[in-house]
Amino acid sequence: MSIKTVRNLRRLSQIVFFIIFFWLILKTTFEVHFTPANAAEIQLPYPVSIALEFDPLVALSTLLSTGTLFKGLLWSLVILIPTIFLGRFFCGWVCPMGSLNHWVSEIRGVKGEASNARKIKSNRYGKYQRIKYYILFLFLAAAFFGSLQIGLLDPLSLLARSIGTAVLPTIHTAALGLLGWVKGLGLPILATGAQSAYDVTALLLLPYRQAHFHGILIIGGFFLVILILNRLITRFWCRAICPLGAMLGLFSRWTLFGLQKDEATCNHCNQCLIACQGADGPDIGAVWRQPECHLCLNCQAVCPQSSLKFKFYPQQTVTAANPAGTQKVDVSRRMVMTSLVGGIALVPLLRSGDAFEINSDPRLIRPPGSLSESEFIARCIRCGQCMRVCPNNALHPTLLQAGAEGIWSPVLIPRIGYCESTCTLCGQVCPTGAIAELTLTRKVGNETVPPNRIGTAFIDRGRCLPWAMAIPCIVCEEWCPTSPKAVYFAEETVIDRKKNEVKVKRPSIDPELCTGCGACEYACPVTDRAAIYVTSVGESRSKRNQLLLKTRNLSHPPGRTA
Amino acid sequence: MDRRDFIKTTGKTLAFAAATTAAGVLFHNRRVAGVEPIVLKTSDFTVPTEKSLPQIALAKNTDHIAALHASLDVVGGIKHFIRKGDRVTIKPNIGWDRTPEQGADTNPVLVGEMARLCLAAGAALVIVTDIPCNEPRRCFLRSGIRAEAEKAGAKVILPLEEDYIRTVMGGQMLDVWPVLKYFVQTDKLINMPIAKHHSLSSFTGSMKNFYGILGGRRSQLHQKIDQSIVELATFSKPTLTVVDCTRVMLRGGPTGGSLDDVAIENSVICATDMVAADSRASEFLSLTGEQVGHIALADRSGLGKLDYRSVGYKEIT
Repeated sequence: MSIKTVRNLRRLSQIVFFIIFFWLILKTTFEVHFTPANAAEIQLPYPVSIALEFDPLVALSTLLSTGTLFKGLLWSLVILIPTIFLGRFFCGWVCPMGSLNHWVSEIRGVKGEASNARKIKSNRYGKYQRIKYYILFLFLAAAFFGSLQIGLLDPLSLLARSIGTAVLPTIHTAALGLLGWVKGLGLPILATGAQSAYDVTALLLLPYRQAHFHGILIIGGFFLVILILNRLITRFWCRAICPLGAMLGLFSRWTLFGLQKDEATCNHCNQCLIACQGADGPDIGAVWRQPECHLCLNCQAVCPQSSLKFKFYPQQTVTAANPAGTQKVDVSRRMVMTSLVGGIALVPLLRSGDAFEINSDPRLIRPPGSLSESEFIARCIRCGQCMRVCPNNALHPTLLQAGAEGIWSPVLIPRIGYCESTCTLCGQVCPTGAIAELTLTRKVGNETVPPNRIGTAFIDRGRCLPWAMAIPCIVCEEWCPTSPKAVYFAEETVIDRKKNEVKVKRPSIDPELCTGCGACEYACPVTDRAAIYVTSVGESRSKRNQLLLKTRNLSHPPGRTA
Repeated sequence: MDRRDFIKTTGKTLAFAAATTAAGVLFHNRRVAGVEPIVLKTSDFTVPTEKSLPQIALAKNTDHIAALHASLDVVGGIKHFIRKGDRVTIKPNIGWDRTPEQGADTNPVLVGEMARLCLAAGAALVIVTDIPCNEPRRCFLRSGIRAEAEKAGAKVILPLEEDYIRTVMGGQMLDVWPVLKYFVQTDKLINMPIAKHHSLSSFTGSMKNFYGILGGRRSQLHQKIDQSIVELATFSKPTLTVVDCTRVMLRGGPTGGSLDDVAIENSVICATDMVAADSRASEFLSLTGEQVGHIALADRSGLGKLDYRSVGYKEIT
């Protein structure tokens, strides 16, 4: 097999893995024609978060933060073990974020001498490439002390979050807007054409309903900046920032595979540098840096003299003009220590503020089945899969609502969507178990098992129509899904301003029954700020954040005579 | 600068300034917002009545399909309502994410059989749809209606934002409202509610079922629930009404959830008079038509007969 064929295989591999990743995100939804085997207890048909489970960085960091390797994360060894032998093949052949950066870097590049000269310069190894290792050490140290921040920059989490909460919803809005505009022109042929085009788009890309995510501007903007930077420096993200790339670089320490350079045949045309993705020094005269190489094989493929060759057990002879390749990562001990200490210091710094568990936001309603806040923060990688799969668009990325530690973790906003009482999809897709998977019984409860609660509803009597304005309503009670209903009412006759007698039903909440699903808040006809609202108190996941005094059934209660 | 250049340069500047001014004047509008286009629709899908036919029948049978057939035959049989080539929309109650046993949504077996009957009578297309309160995908799936209707050959459509049309409904409260197009752009409309308890209107059956054709923030209609139900029923005149009384939720409506609140009645009502149908069905909840605000109001406004015996009520057990 010629090297050109192998390079084409690499290109194919990048496309295939990108499509798989993208397809899995598209499938992270409740499809309209989806027919599960058991309609009563709906299970998604595919393991849609499997791509995230192959991520060695997610595996290592959650291992550090929780002490265990959760469920499917063992799959990450499929990536990690070959890396030990080959190097960062994942970055060049598999990683969808890497491929995206690759394509954005290379597409419609300016050809010519000036551009080549620029690339020869920018594709040489630079000290800025060390940054990713320091980011990695910082985050791993923080993870070890219980704060999992890796998801902010882990490429697979980042890509899943960006596509799921920013890119696809934006496409949806644009497609609907365009369709409406064309239909508004009043030309039937155009309208039919636009509808067909929209239908095809919807079939391929769009979920059943348009999702609107809270505060996606920063997520979308961050993603856009990453893509734009590629135009300045090829694969800047992969070279300088990506902590997964850094981790795989570290695991390339004892590879058996590598680049062999033949100094004798080289004519110093620099074609290898122009084509290089990782800025790892493929040219004769530079140190070839194994931990930086993505194994894209471009250098070997473009070399007109066949001076470069990737092979097992490469000969790396040192000459004056051609220093040997190295498998060592270029980091300074001092900076490694600094970043580790920084990561350790980060945890108390983030937690000494008042946001974490001390004075948490009352509207920080976590998805059903979420672990206690400290365990949650030790697991959540901010991949946004729960937000994407939620059929009611109820889950949204936070900004600072959960403190600086919880950026982009999920929060339920009942005004936009409530928690559907029998739905357990968010727990099904969570790759790290931050949201535990609930059975239907554990979600809704029965005589012996209490339901999973995410909060408690309260009534704002100053805004409630029957309480404040002598107007009948009781929609909250109508929507309440528990049985018996947690919203109950007293029928009262009140006098309105014109001295008419009006019969109204005034709602109240039974906190023993309320699960905090937010259906009442969602449905409340007071459209701007609902007259009934949910706060997190009473949530099953917290021992501290409780409203009611718990009573136990003791056969002989102390202090009471039989 | 010579004269020619001066005229040319100044002329260009003046023309640009004039064009800008003209554009401003042209688009100037003192009104705050434009008027949205309104689509006017009639929604009367009734077929001419035959005097000899009873307008309401109730059949009781543990075989629910047999009960449907029996009561339908009394009011004229399917051929009386459906012509060859008709497009038919069936409007069950698929309001909540509940299973059939919980009695919050119309019995899926009845919906499937109704679709089958329409197709057998020559209907070109049978659409089954509703605008649920809970998440539509879950409601259509867990109510069992999607599966049964598709099995029968009907087209099951979930409501989409772009499928609503602004509709003049001509009521006091219901003036202009978004309505899902399948309920107004069709040849025949079959209303298939389930009879159950409702906390505000005390009973929900066929007339209240038309809340489900509305988009928008329909929960605001609760402020004048009886009036709005009657206005809706005045606007939307179905070809046929089939009230599912096979499982009747007695308490905790309209969502329910507990099987203890559901009474097994194994009854199906077919009617061409919605008021009579609701009046009869409300008796399963130990109510009478007079006690249910919207039924009494509908009777007073001449929409139908609260006294269902006066329109030829027949009972088959």
